Amino acid sequence: MSEQLTPTKTYYSVFAALVALTLLTVGVSFFELGNWHTTVGILIGVVKASLVALFFMHLLHSSKLSWLAALAGLFWLVILMGLTLSDYLTRQVLDF
Amino acid sequence: MSTNRGLVAHHFEDIEQQRDVEAFGMWMFLATEILIFGAVFTAYTVYRLRYAADFEAASSKLNVLIGSINTIVLLTSSLTMVLAVHATRAGRPKMLMICLLLTIFFGLTFFGFKAVEYYEDYEEALVPGLRFDPGEWAERSPPANAGHVQLMLVFYYIMTGLHAVHMIVGIGLLTWLVYRARRGTLTPARYMAVEVVGLYWHFVDIVWIFLLPLLYLAGTHRASDLHF
Repeated sequence: MSEQLTPTKTYYSVFAALVALTLLTVGVSFFELGNWHTTVGILIGVVKASLVALFFMHLLHSSKLSWLAALAGLFWLVILMGLTLSDYLTRQVLDF
Repeated sequence: MSTNRGLVAHHFEDIEQQRDVEAFGMWMFLATEILIFGAVFTAYTVYRLRYAADFEAASSKLNVLIGSINTIVLLTSSLTMVLAVHATRAGRPKMLMICLLLTIFFGLTFFGFKAVEYYEDYEEALVPGLRFDPGEWAERSPPANAGHVQLMLVFYYIMTGLHAVHMIVGIGLLTWLVYRARRGTLTPARYMAVEVVGLYWHFVDIVWIFLLPLLYLAGTHRASDLHF
């Protein structure tokens, strides 16, 4: 942890951005996007999650150790999802 | 007596290192939490891709208004949580107490809305095994597979339920912080308990940030869906 205090103004700005992105993601769901709803929703979710992690969870000012743990969690998640989907998404390709 | 006396445990070089390790401990725990939720998210993704149309149909029936309001409620609770950390570090005990109580309040508000929502789901026959009408889904145009719809709904209850369990734990931790704040043991030098509980609380918020699009926003909504 760094010693300097983040000014509260930063937190209010991040909060405003998070609320705006929430309204955006909900608003988008009222338009016909075909199969794209989940993709758009997850993209906006990634931006929101990054804002929370970087500013509210202070990852921006955290030690490399915290980054290591956070990225390790994400890396394992990618393995979990990647290897699972590499199976399920390719079952139709070769019809044994 | 110096405020730093007894602050640094003997196995740490200095207070900086101790704080880094305290944050690291919570981050490691959160990495395992990513995988707990990740397993459910992965299972959801597999079936979401396989039964896309049925999952979207079920998603459109969930209460998007309450889901969205609860998202804002949780984001607000995250704001008050981080302000609690700030108040501790800035040496403002009264502000700290207000922020902690507000965070608990927003956590409980979330549960209030969730209770109304679960009741609504029951009223609208969206509870597999308890109250569900397969015929209603078969008669829709285009018809939806009632089995796949129930699968989506089971995911909905498991994911929101697992999230709710984490919220209950979070409110318990916040109550412990209120107790410590009352005793005056949270000071600018000893603020890491608030920071670490904050990390947990924000993580649970992040989980909800992804539950919103996956569960509530998978299909197209109409203006008439905006009701309690």
